[in-house]
Amino acid sequence: MRTLPFLLEIGTEEIPDWMIPGALDHLRDLFQKLLEDNRLDADTVRFGADGTPRRLALRAGGLPERQADTEELILGPPQSAAFKDGEPTGAALGFARKLNVTVADLEVQQTARGDYLCYRRKIAGKQTSEILAGALPQLILSIHFPRTMYWTGRNGPRFIRPIRWLVAMLGDEVIPFEIAGIRSGGVSQGHRLLGAGQVPVHPESYAELLKKNFVLVSALERQQKIERETARLLEGTNLGLKQDPELLRTLVYLTEYPTPILGSFDPEFLKLPEEVLVTVMRHHQKYFSVEDREGKLAPHFIAVMNTSADPEGLVRQGNEHVLRARFNDAHFFWTVDQHKKLADRVQTLGHVTFQAKLGSYLDKTKRMVRLGRRLARLARADPAPVERAALLAKCDLTTEMVKEFTELQGVVGGLYAREQGEPEQVWRGIYEHYRPASMEDAIPATVTGQLLSIADKLDTLQGCFSLGLIPSGSRDPFALRRAAQGIVRILVEGRLAIPLSKLSGGNQQLADFFLDRIRYYFRDVRAFRYDEVNAVLAAGYDDLTDLESRLKALRAVRPTENFEPLAASFKRIKNILRQAAFEPPVGAGHAPPLQAGPEADLHSAFLRLRRRVKKLRKERNYTAALELIASLRPKVDLFFDKVLVNDPDPSVRQNRLTLLHNLLSEFSAIADFSEIVTTQQEEK
Amino acid sequence: METFQEILFKLKHYWAERGCVIQEPYDLEVGAGTMCPETFLRVLGPQPYRVAYIQPSRRPTDGRYGENPNRLYKHWQLQVILKPSPDDVVDQYLQSLEAIGIDLRKHDIKFEEDNWESPTLGAWGIGWQVMLDGLEITQFTYFQQCGGMDLDLVPTELTYGMERLAAFLQGRQSVYEVEWSPGVSYGDVRLADELQFSVYNFDLADVPTLWKLFGLHEAECQRLLDAYKDYPEKKRFPVLPAYDHVLKCSHLFNLLDSRGAISVTERVAVIGRVRKLAVGVAQAWIEQTTTGAAA
Repeated sequence: MRTLPFLLEIGTEEIPDWMIPGALDHLRDLFQKLLEDNRLDADTVRFGADGTPRRLALRAGGLPERQADTEELILGPPQSAAFKDGEPTGAALGFARKLNVTVADLEVQQTARGDYLCYRRKIAGKQTSEILAGALPQLILSIHFPRTMYWTGRNGPRFIRPIRWLVAMLGDEVIPFEIAGIRSGGVSQGHRLLGAGQVPVHPESYAELLKKNFVLVSALERQQKIERETARLLEGTNLGLKQDPELLRTLVYLTEYPTPILGSFDPEFLKLPEEVLVTVMRHHQKYFSVEDREGKLAPHFIAVMNTSADPEGLVRQGNEHVLRARFNDAHFFWTVDQHKKLADRVQTLGHVTFQAKLGSYLDKTKRMVRLGRRLARLARADPAPVERAALLAKCDLTTEMVKEFTELQGVVGGLYAREQGEPEQVWRGIYEHYRPASMEDAIPATVTGQLLSIADKLDTLQGCFSLGLIPSGSRDPFALRRAAQGIVRILVEGRLAIPLSKLSGGNQQLADFFLDRIRYYFRDVRAFRYDEVNAVLAAGYDDLTDLESRLKALRAVRPTENFEPLAASFKRIKNILRQAAFEPPVGAGHAPPLQAGPEADLHSAFLRLRRRVKKLRKERNYTAALELIASLRPKVDLFFDKVLVNDPDPSVRQNRLTLLHNLLSEFSAIADFSEIVTTQQEEK
Repeated sequence: METFQEILFKLKHYWAERGCVIQEPYDLEVGAGTMCPETFLRVLGPQPYRVAYIQPSRRPTDGRYGENPNRLYKHWQLQVILKPSPDDVVDQYLQSLEAIGIDLRKHDIKFEEDNWESPTLGAWGIGWQVMLDGLEITQFTYFQQCGGMDLDLVPTELTYGMERLAAFLQGRQSVYEVEWSPGVSYGDVRLADELQFSVYNFDLADVPTLWKLFGLHEAECQRLLDAYKDYPEKKRFPVLPAYDHVLKCSHLFNLLDSRGAISVTERVAVIGRVRKLAVGVAQAWIEQTTTGAAA
């Protein structure tokens, strides 16, 4: 069958940059489904979607001209009733008449109930253009966007921004349909200012035709243009771009024809903290920062225009003008904020609500000071700097700088504290206390910062849990998961041996919440195997630094030859004890002597190992301890080979169960081996 | 180089040629051109309307005693309402920039997502901030709801920030250096205004008095809304005066805010009180105008 190229272009007003990739993914999925539902060779058609702020485009190659033909078998009367003496009966004639065919067009078909007269009806496949014309309006309007609008009036169609033109072509032909009063056609639009208002296109030359009109449909091409030309701008200087993939992506989807330019600012502004300058450039102006060879911020920036050139330098001057005003603002805020020290702002926090039922930020500050002190004692750290940092931590919320640049909360507080002569431990603690902001973000580097960060997050968790504001499903308005995850990471990566039970403070729901985060962290972030995580968790997790050491040891010992067989034996022991409903005897030592041979051998090996394992555990040398335990395997194997645990004599049986029980409980303090899924089990 | 007033003349002229009624500023304090009846009430209902006006907009918390080169307690907005939005509204907007002497082929224009919302008016819309060489010069909004109601016709609202635009076009570092008319600067005209109102708004306004005024205007508006229900001749009923009291409440709220008299918790509650009045007025207005049209 003849195949044709296909083009769909949805021309819109500017779509928010961050929504475009998701919309294109969804467009691809919807088209795939359309092909499948309509038997249009979904497996062999090649297609892809790409877009800019003003267009979502889908191109396909090798689309069949129409659906394949199909057949339908219509059963008539049984053969025996259809013919008499070789002549068709009334039943046969009636059947043929009903279908508007002659008896000669009918055939006999074997069925399970016998031979029947039947008609094989051919159904011609529909034209692809017809299918698309019917399906595309619905497909376009079902593309998912986080927030949509109507523009033609109440109850009009909804889309992310108004649709202004539609291109839909199969080969040379337009696929006709209409959405919101816009008829599909074969004419696109170029760049708003540089391209033609009317650009006739064709599926096979779409991208080239648009490129001539200053639209790069391919996001990759736009990205490469930005990267290539930025490199050229910095060539021969001693400057380098501060890499920022997220900003790059934003700019790729904010432009149809991106062109970077190099601008500069008064080096006087470098007296302001780099954090403030970078935030202004990045978040407010979408500029890349530029640094010198030593990684120091340079008084330059890269802006990305949505146009081809800046021959008179007007765009550069304009951007420099705006940046100067922004930096002046920041400088103004900095100066004004110094008039009132952080320490003098504590009472003002009483006017800033933290959460309706949890009081003001002053209330929160007081709680954080208390928590900070307790945490410092638990971590055997000096409480004084933590208390001071906690007292000042939230004061920057009342500063002009943070009101303007909210993303700099904490950082600004830290910088002001340094400026106002607070000791390094204190200002650094404040500076870092919102960290980690994400899974990729580092935890605070100083102990004060770590403890303050835990105090802040724990206060939020405890408060919300006490009000029953517990995250469920995707609803987590107070970002409690991130808070708990942050605490887990700080405890583990900061190696703070603060007992987790002290943090959850007897609140079982909070304790379970932490446990979820611990599992997630070790499995999904640190990539430990799930059964290993379960095994060490089963041996206790009050001290997360200890948990991590045990987990690492388990991972190291696991591949050794004795380990998994021993784990299998421990599982067996656990089953035996459970089946026997074994209760350990209250007073030890009254049991009859163990029988010589494997039983006594195992017992004496156990006693020998127990001492050494205890010592190694005390030293936290878990790898050596686990290796030692694993070395018990031959003795355990021999025991199970030669000895019947369920001896008819109850005292002998009790004896043997006690031995197994002791073995299990003594050697499960690092990890519960019975949680390990052994290779044998996996094969089953 | 165009003076500040020249730019205003040209923009008004441009929109007059495109069928807009050119209105003068509303004579009460408002935080934005959107709050004027010419926008807030006219966008409601099925009647098409086009209007453009300058509106000095007061935002007490943005005051800086005249010391900051880019921040103002009161700034000039050019407000344009096109109801319903024409299909080529973006092109019309871009041409308005050409009309004030911006050669777009030599500049960089971007439309960056910025949805607008006014909780006090129960209004929101979808749109962009329009960036010219990195400077936000216009808020471009397709209204979706006003007074808590879906709109019959979707209007476009264009709000030009005139001081910024003028400073940009004239290449000034400070808005106070902008040339208002030949030989007269923006500072000459407005500096005393900025300084004195900043002192009043931040330091001297009497909080109990402001609360008292707020309560009086709120009560008077509510009294009118209550009376509306049983008023026999709806068309004569003073809905517009009731709305003036909403504007007064909104401005008093802003003053209380700049005096630091409203905590974050109270904030939500007070905004809710103003919204209740605004929504009540909007509903009465719709009823009054649509039944009037039918009669």
